[in-house]
Amino acid sequence: MNALYLAFSYLRYHWGRSLVLVLVAALIMFVPVATQTLLSTSERALVARGEATPLLLGSRGSQLDLTMAALYFSEERPDPVAMRQVETVWDSGLGVPIPLHTAFSSSGFRIVGTTLDYFDFRDLSLESGRGLSLLGDAVIGAQVAEKLGKGVGDTLVSAPENLFDLDGVYPLEMPVVGVLAPTNTPDDQAIFVDIKTAWVIQGIGHGHENVVTAADVAAGTAALAEAAVVQYQRITEDNIESFHFHGSQDDFPASAVIIVPGDIRSGTILKGRYLDSESPTQLVEPAGVIQGLVDRIFRIKSLLDVVTAIIAVAAVAAVGLAVFLSYRLRAREITTAVKLGAQKGMVLRLLAAETVTLLCIAGSIAATGAAVVSRNAEAWVGWLLALGA
Amino acid sequence: MVHIENLTFGYGAGGFRLRVPEFTLAEGERVAVVGPSGSGKTTLLNLIAGILTPEAGRIDVAGTEVSGLSDARRRRFRASRIGFVFQDFALLDYLSARQNICYPYRITPALTLDKEARERAESLAAACGIGDKLDRHPSELSQGEQQRVAICRALVTQPGLILSDEATGNLDPDSKARILDLLFEQAALAGAAVLAVTHDHELLPRFERVLDFAQFRAAPET
Repeated sequence: MNALYLAFSYLRYHWGRSLVLVLVAALIMFVPVATQTLLSTSERALVARGEATPLLLGSRGSQLDLTMAALYFSEERPDPVAMRQVETVWDSGLGVPIPLHTAFSSSGFRIVGTTLDYFDFRDLSLESGRGLSLLGDAVIGAQVAEKLGKGVGDTLVSAPENLFDLDGVYPLEMPVVGVLAPTNTPDDQAIFVDIKTAWVIQGIGHGHENVVTAADVAAGTAALAEAAVVQYQRITEDNIESFHFHGSQDDFPASAVIIVPGDIRSGTILKGRYLDSESPTQLVEPAGVIQGLVDRIFRIKSLLDVVTAIIAVAAVAAVGLAVFLSYRLRAREITTAVKLGAQKGMVLRLLAAETVTLLCIAGSIAATGAAVVSRNAEAWVGWLLALGA
Repeated sequence: MVHIENLTFGYGAGGFRLRVPEFTLAEGERVAVVGPSGSGKTTLLNLIAGILTPEAGRIDVAGTEVSGLSDARRRRFRASRIGFVFQDFALLDYLSARQNICYPYRITPALTLDKEARERAESLAAACGIGDKLDRHPSELSQGEQQRVAICRALVTQPGLILSDEATGNLDPDSKARILDLLFEQAALAGAAVLAVTHDHELLPRFERVLDFAQFRAAPET
């Protein structure tokens, strides 16, 4: 106890030096553990979502772009696949196709046009409100609700896709009808609409006399230069009947199509149907694509591990040198202690107590940090993956 | 209090050698040790304290043959029976004056820092005129105040013998006499004998006896 008392007194008096040593030692302990935790969780999250998505149909091109767009709603925009491909899968009876339209966004969050099958497939549940039922309805992920401060009854407006809207495609105001329970997956960061709503945003479908003008918006508060400037479309009970789509729905676009085969045999047959390299479409297994990505990341990680190890060794050497110099500085104290009758064991305890106290404090900080990382790893990884998208 | 017979000590072949045929320090006596630098004054203090062990001869302190004790027992004996005052004060910068005075209790399991010891530390500090500075660190004290703290530390364990190695060497002339008087006064109150190495001949009249060390130095062995 006396050795610890003296060690603590010494560290407290030289608090600046002690703080630096504690922080450096804590970082040496914390960084590898935290990195490993986050990487393991990332790997699990990536692979889990990949494995939970049996097959993915899309236009031929980068399998990674297609997978990232469909699973993580990334900003990649794979060439669209025609909706007739969805019908083809339906008609085959080999699986359930779930189209995804991920071309648009609102307030920085991806708008995902899909069908109700998606919610069942991902096992998404509502925390509040109801599911999609009307054209224009939006169901938002948990993080969208939290970050935008939106809830049931609020509205979202899709981001304009070009400055002048020369083709007359206006942003769409969408009422939020439901908020999903958090899942720590990219679904938390998505705004779900019916795929038809996505087509309305794209300008494929439209209504009549359904635009909100600057005059409507301003209502005496906002002054715009031109009162006739169109702000956005709004789908209401009054105008919903007027919404219609031009052309054949078979030609309408989807970014990708998730296919849930009925059984292994159906999946094998489906895969065989898309083997033709001349075909404009491809069928990929997301688990394989994601595993390839993870393998690549972890090959880079092994290099980072070496760099981290070198830095750790250098940091440990620096801390060791600092502790050694501290011992040298305390040589006079040791001489005094010996002359005053301190036992050999006491002298060793005096020296060791300082190091042990430093390591205990640093270890506590590192352990607390590691516990925080471990507890929040899934949420942070979800956020990191979404950030990467 | 201290009795030395036929003491011989040397720092290796060809090195400095010390021979003390006989020396006695009575209880409560105040003896100054003088002599040229390198004559072995500090070595004698270290031998008496059991920090060094003699090649031959006998050193008795308070009836115990120090030279015959094991290292661990010598350390325990030193901690409980001998007080040290150093020229450079040897205070620890990270401890307050109070903590410095009580430092022997922190490093010696043989001593217990109980309420009585704490009160003794405070009353010693008050008697030495630093009672209101107990919570200050050495860097906040003058040199004279620091040496007073060192004297309190030497006396707090109630030793029978105070060994003083140039205790006034770093002090100004006015402070030297005051600090030495203070040491004697407190040692007398505790009934402790004082064996003090000094180069300051002006202070010698304050001692009861002076031991000229030049007589003890022997020629190096070849």
